[in-house]
Amino acid sequence: MADSLVIEPDLVERTLRVALATGAEFAEVYAEDKRSTSMGLDDGRVEQVNSGRDRGAGIRVIKGDTTGFAHTSDLSPAGLAAAAEAAAAAASQGDGTTTTVALTPSEQRVVNTIVQAPGDVPKATKVELLQRINAAARGAGPQIVQVSAGYSDSRKRVLIANSEGLLAHDDITRVLVRVSAVADGDTGMQTGYQTLGHTTGWEIFDERDVEEMAREAARQATVKLNARPAPSGALPVVIRHGTGGVLFHEACGHGLEADHVAKGASVYAGKVGELVASPLVTLVDDGSLAGEWGTLAIDDEGHPTQRNVLIENGVLVDYMWDHVRARKEGHKPSGNGRRQSYQHLPMVRMTNTFVLDGPDDPADIVAATDHGVYIAQLGGGQVDTASGDFVFGMTEAYLIEDGQIGEPLREGNLIGNGPQVLADIDMLGNDFAMGMPGTCGKDGQGVPVGDGQPTLRVKSLTIGGTAA
Amino acid sequence: MSDGADLLAICDRVVAQALPGEQIDAYVARGGDTEVRVYQGAVEHFVSAQSEGIGIRVISGGRTGFAYAGTLDESAVAEVLADARDNVAFGEPDEWAGLATPDGVEATTQELWNESLVEFPTESKIELARELERLTLAADRRVRVDDSNYADAYGEAAVATTTGIRRWGRENGCFVSVSTLADSDGDGPAETQTGFGFSVGREPGQIDLARASKEAAQRATRLLGAVKPASARTTIVLDPFVTAQFLSIIASTLNGESVVKGRGLFRDRLGEAIANPIVTLVDDPTNPLAYTATDVDGEGLAARRNVLIGDGVLRQFTHNSYSARRAGTVSTGNAVRGGFAGTPGVGALALSLVPGTRSQDELVASVGEGVLVQSVQGIHSGVNAISGDFSTGAAGLMIRGGQVAEPVREFTIASTLQRMLLDIVEVGGDIDWLPMRAAGVSLVIRDVTLSGR
Repeated sequence: MADSLVIEPDLVERTLRVALATGAEFAEVYAEDKRSTSMGLDDGRVEQVNSGRDRGAGIRVIKGDTTGFAHTSDLSPAGLAAAAEAAAAAASQGDGTTTTVALTPSEQRVVNTIVQAPGDVPKATKVELLQRINAAARGAGPQIVQVSAGYSDSRKRVLIANSEGLLAHDDITRVLVRVSAVADGDTGMQTGYQTLGHTTGWEIFDERDVEEMAREAARQATVKLNARPAPSGALPVVIRHGTGGVLFHEACGHGLEADHVAKGASVYAGKVGELVASPLVTLVDDGSLAGEWGTLAIDDEGHPTQRNVLIENGVLVDYMWDHVRARKEGHKPSGNGRRQSYQHLPMVRMTNTFVLDGPDDPADIVAATDHGVYIAQLGGGQVDTASGDFVFGMTEAYLIEDGQIGEPLREGNLIGNGPQVLADIDMLGNDFAMGMPGTCGKDGQGVPVGDGQPTLRVKSLTIGGTAA
Repeated sequence: MSDGADLLAICDRVVAQALPGEQIDAYVARGGDTEVRVYQGAVEHFVSAQSEGIGIRVISGGRTGFAYAGTLDESAVAEVLADARDNVAFGEPDEWAGLATPDGVEATTQELWNESLVEFPTESKIELARELERLTLAADRRVRVDDSNYADAYGEAAVATTTGIRRWGRENGCFVSVSTLADSDGDGPAETQTGFGFSVGREPGQIDLARASKEAAQRATRLLGAVKPASARTTIVLDPFVTAQFLSIIASTLNGESVVKGRGLFRDRLGEAIANPIVTLVDDPTNPLAYTATDVDGEGLAARRNVLIGDGVLRQFTHNSYSARRAGTVSTGNAVRGGFAGTPGVGALALSLVPGTRSQDELVASVGEGVLVQSVQGIHSGVNAISGDFSTGAAGLMIRGGQVAEPVREFTIASTLQRMLLDIVEVGGDIDWLPMRAAGVSLVIRDVTLSGR
């Protein structure tokens, strides 16, 4: 592409020199230029079309164990120098030194190929996409009383440079569509929700049928009109492929982030080489998967993303690392340093986190379960990494009776303890699928993440329903 | 010091460019914050940040377009207006679309700016975070500190519209917070539990390090040795911090925009009893005790006191000017705007239950058998404000013989929002003005399902 860099390299070098002037060991510039378009449809009409522009730089300076950080939306030499001085002052009150920085530009790494940039697609075409979604969901049945849908795309160009000579850049395109349907019946209202998000261009809509997605949301809402209260208590739980990645995200993903581990705030601290899960489980975090929601060519500290095996056949292999933790412990960065925007400090984050296929036929997993719960869609979750206790919601679920999927259940949360649940995975399917796009929150920052897993069974999980 | 003239001037220039038949709303904000994190006595990070930006909404022929930019560069402002205008063409006409118009309601002035915070030196900020870490570690030998933080923020915003709204305001504040870990030291299995403590103020003198450190140590240690309770139908006492989260969910079911779009759980129930008669739920941002007290709402109308549920009866929904127009009523001053990058939605601003008289201990004594719920987990993943299903992870203390007993964790509590409002037995007298959009108070709810062993 013919676009210029977010900041010219000589200005980056000058900024790094200012940042290092108080004797810091490390300085970094992260500059971004992001344009986004979003639109929302609700109650039958496209209510509003929005455009956004975010542009600025965050300067990080590390001296000893102290990190100083400042950011600015002013990318002029004066604006960058002021931010660099603020970051340097924040990191230290120390003596001045002069350090020079020689930047080594790296070729832009490409993991995603964008065929049709969403920014080049007429807004009217995007509006029409939402209208098709609305019509499809409403056409799914007379019980559908309300539909809302949203579309958004963004293109973010970033430049990352640091005092170790790194100079990298990336160009990230995202497209997201969501639909929510409300069905009304004798027992009140129920909801269904579907979302589709990729780091690809508009061509995703050639492959994926958004009307089918809308009908799926409508079907979920309609099915739940006949739902009975979910059971209360511990039962075997079968989770459908491509919906349960959030289980691993919460049950162990966060606990494998090196910052939690370093502070002894993870149940998985000090357990490398130990059996921490059922031997069926191999867990991978991979930010380089083409087109996925958590994908990025380089992480937000400039390191190439890669495939990291976290748990192999149940044994803990490694944690996920950012620059600060890796540098401190002499470990190689794993491409997991991420931040929400130039206004935020990077930290250890997941990208696309998934469990590889196991040996079982998914139909056999259900058939082998006498009495339990089948979860067809999970909602969000939350974990306490230190105790390992975590919850996650079920937004579409059914009773399993005598090896058959039966009546639909109302929504609820499930609760479990990470290490226990990982050990209790007793069947793992051979039907791997990625799930819906997610946003992972940590320390006030949200970043896009992906997840995936084959159909699996946990032999016991506590279901937070109201039925005896 | 600033009087907002520069920000208002930017708004005025944008609004002055309105074409015949166009409504324009310009919102300009500028702010900054400082964040210090201390770990083991040393500064782990120090963040100093400024940001500014503008959001412009254009409405023409019932169609709405919006654009924003995270800068106040003159050229960027021109581009934002052009983008918003371009976007107008693609929305679909909505007969109720429109900006707020001045409604004559006088704003209650709030003291939201404190000059002493502006002059508070950096060294003192670091020292507060260090002192909080020291006090927390001293509170209990089983406690470690994950991080100890001081943060302050200031912000000013101006809004002007072609309909005659023109406002500027600013506020600042500071807070400390500490995250704790507590390790078991007995013969039982090794376990670690977590806690947190915080204190907020309009100026540093209001910060209560003693309370923050004590609560952080207590929250982490109280769950050591906790067991998974047996499943039961039981009565729960919610800690004030949990009640505040519950009230925010209740308020979301009373959102006027959801109601006019047919999604409100109580949409047909205005004037009917939806809660126990002891329940009076008020949204009152004019109360200076509320952390989110404000003089104006997100559209620049005066913030006001609204009784949402009075003596158990649903009195009104919350509205901004759009949802009010659609519902055939007037705005309740409940427009909420999440900064320059968004347009005003509807939401409660400062909720509280009218308190009762008894302390939490007295409530526990009168409950006899049940659970004191001290924290909830996953309240957003397990609650559906449209269907009313309520299910959340929880931790706390068993109540036996009218007294708190052993700690319990890894269980859920479930019911429906409709039933919980009717099943409220008593509101405590211990109202706590938390740094949230809802105040806390102890609350007794009967007949919920506890799922555990």
